[in-house]
Amino acid sequence: MTLLDAGSGWQATGPAGMPEPPGSDEIAAGSAAARPLREAWRMFAGNPLALVGLAILAGIVVMTIIGPYLYPVDPFDIVGAPLTPPGEGGLLFGSDYLGRDMLAGIIHGGRASLTVGGFAAIITMAIGISIGALAGFYGGWADRVLMRVTEFFQVLPPLLLAMVLVTLFSPTLTTITLSIGVVSWTNVARLTRAEFLKIRSLDYVLAGRAVGARDRRLIWRVILPNALPPLVVAAALSVGVAILFESGLSFLGLGDPNVMSWGMMIGQNKQVMLDAWWPTTIPGAAIFAAVLSISLIGDGLNDALNPRLRRR
Amino acid sequence: MTADEKPAAPLLKVDDLKVHFAAARRRPFAAAATVHAVDGISFEVARGRTLGIVGESGSGKTTAALAILRLVPITAGTIDLDGVRISALGGEALRQMRRRVQFVFQDPFSSLNPRQRAGAIVREPLDLMGIGSPAEREREVAALFRAVGLRPEQQALFPHQFSGGQRQRIGIARAIASRPDLVVCDEPVSALDVAIQAQILNLLTRLQQTLGLTYVFISHDLGVVRHMCDEIAVLYLGRIVERAARASFFRRPLHPYSAALLSAIPGAGLGRMRLEGDPPSPINLPPGCRFAGRCPFAIDACRQSDPPLRAVADGHLVACHRVDDEGTPPHHAGV
Ligand SMILES: Nc1ncnc2c1ncn2[C@@H]1O[C@H](COP(=O)(O)OP(=O)(O)OP(=O)(O)O)[C@@H](O)[C@H]1O
Ligand code: SF4
Ligand SMILES: [Mg+2]
Repeated sequence: MTLLDAGSGWQATGPAGMPEPPGSDEIAAGSAAARPLREAWRMFAGNPLALVGLAILAGIVVMTIIGPYLYPVDPFDIVGAPLTPPGEGGLLFGSDYLGRDMLAGIIHGGRASLTVGGFAAIITMAIGISIGALAGFYGGWADRVLMRVTEFFQVLPPLLLAMVLVTLFSPTLTTITLSIGVVSWTNVARLTRAEFLKIRSLDYVLAGRAVGARDRRLIWRVILPNALPPLVVAAALSVGVAILFESGLSFLGLGDPNVMSWGMMIGQNKQVMLDAWWPTTIPGAAIFAAVLSISLIGDGLNDALNPRLRRR
Repeated sequence: MTADEKPAAPLLKVDDLKVHFAAARRRPFAAAATVHAVDGISFEVARGRTLGIVGESGSGKTTAALAILRLVPITAGTIDLDGVRISALGGEALRQMRRRVQFVFQDPFSSLNPRQRAGAIVREPLDLMGIGSPAEREREVAALFRAVGLRPEQQALFPHQFSGGQRQRIGIARAIASRPDLVVCDEPVSALDVAIQAQILNLLTRLQQTLGLTYVFISHDLGVVRHMCDEIAVLYLGRIVERAARASFFRRPLHPYSAALLSAIPGAGLGRMRLEGDPPSPINLPPGCRFAGRCPFAIDACRQSDPPLRAVADGHLVACHRVDDEGTPPHHAGV
């Protein structure tokens, strides 16, 4: 039977369907819940803390993008006497133990911290979602093997593992990003797996299979979009965690020596901490602001994407 | 049917179908238990007819339906559709077969992907099974919307913007999109308001006539089954205990369990028979008749041997020791 003669079959029988009597079975279309995304944004925008987080993060991102053009000072150049206090000698944030411009360090260092944070989070999410999705969807031995691997990574102290990886492959921004991604995906994998286990037995997944969807489509196009809300929150938080990781590695001297970062500023100035507060406190405050803003955004997303809270 | 016409081969033939699940262990190190959800059922459905499967909650109705759709693993038995052994298919052949057998779900809320628009849901079978050109699919989806009583403009809406009855119409449109031969309906109206149930049942009947569909219609509502079905199979704990044509079944139910179900309907002409207790669990099945624990007519033989499903009258099958070969059931014997 071709579609067309099937289609004319409909015509032959006339208008087959009678619309249901209005009122009995009709609800108003275009209600408040009409657009899930717009509704989530409305919830998010109604959360002042989340908006503060968004504003801070936007400020930091804009600063790291256009700052180097507005303030083209090399953060490695010695521009004044060591440990010039903030405001003196034309240095807004003062200078560090070598006499380098702290403001240039904050602006350029933010670029490294955020880039590493963002890309490491992408790697974290990619590994975690892939492993969690396959384990949760297929179950059985695939699940057991993948969860053993996850547990293996989970029991290793992540910072230690990252240090080992970075030292093995000489520290560059790329190896640091990869190392952070590789050590921090386990929670995402568990979260994804739990969501997949929950969703895979729902009727609409069976329905997808019944109409001919292959596994690949069920995993990526049917289940994953429905598992997304908690994963979006996890992604936001993993950016914050990755920034902290990068700072930790740089602090320990395992950062990329050719790229200024906030963690490196703290690490290199730690021995003068008792003599001058600003070389460590200012980059510390920058890390704090970035991570706090991201976690405020994560909390806001959590509320906005949580359907139980939204259904009011 | 004229005399020289051979009786047509059934569209669907299910033979000794079993679906067992591994039960979750209650205690660590406990012996692995088995849930006998569907435990050896056989039936046939002729093209264009409707078989009703009735049974209480947990009797295995949904499991049987999913097995026919090849959506749960089959433990044993065979399923043939139009002469094709679909229980043996796998991979791409199984996927291609799916256009011929479709499913209408009980729950109109969980059976539609909340992130897919109504039009995309109905179009999906056409896209996935490569039916028609893109332009034809577009026309077809609009025609399907009209055919199930929705407006084509409603294609752009998401499932939560529809009422339960409308969602069920979307589910039905999806099920008939690939022009299946067989549609398995799993309690398609039990989640709906009574006022809307009749509309959906009428829609299903009309589609059956227009498209020549064959239905397996699952329900626990004998009134609905009487309205929809040509033949009835009563499922109890994974087994068919009685199978008969509609008229024969409603005139004279033979199995005590069927009689008890029917006696609950007012005006069925049977004295009220009250069912005591719950069915045994499908994990620890009694050795004899599965209904013996609740049957007012049980005798010792019932508790020892499992009654086979046998024909006692013209096309009327029953699994009960106490129905005699003339087809007199125990609840009529004294009359
Ligand atoms: N995936 C599964 N794993 C283990 N047991 C299952 C599974 N699916 C169903 N069962 C069990 O099999 C039995 C039959 O379930 P089924 O859903 O087929 O019943 P049903 O007749 O459709 O009931 P209802 O009227 O409540 O829908 C039940 O005891 C159920 O707990
Ligand atoms: S076999 Fe015995 S217990 Fe089972 S239904 Fe018949 S009379 Fe009742
Ligand atoms: Mg069911």
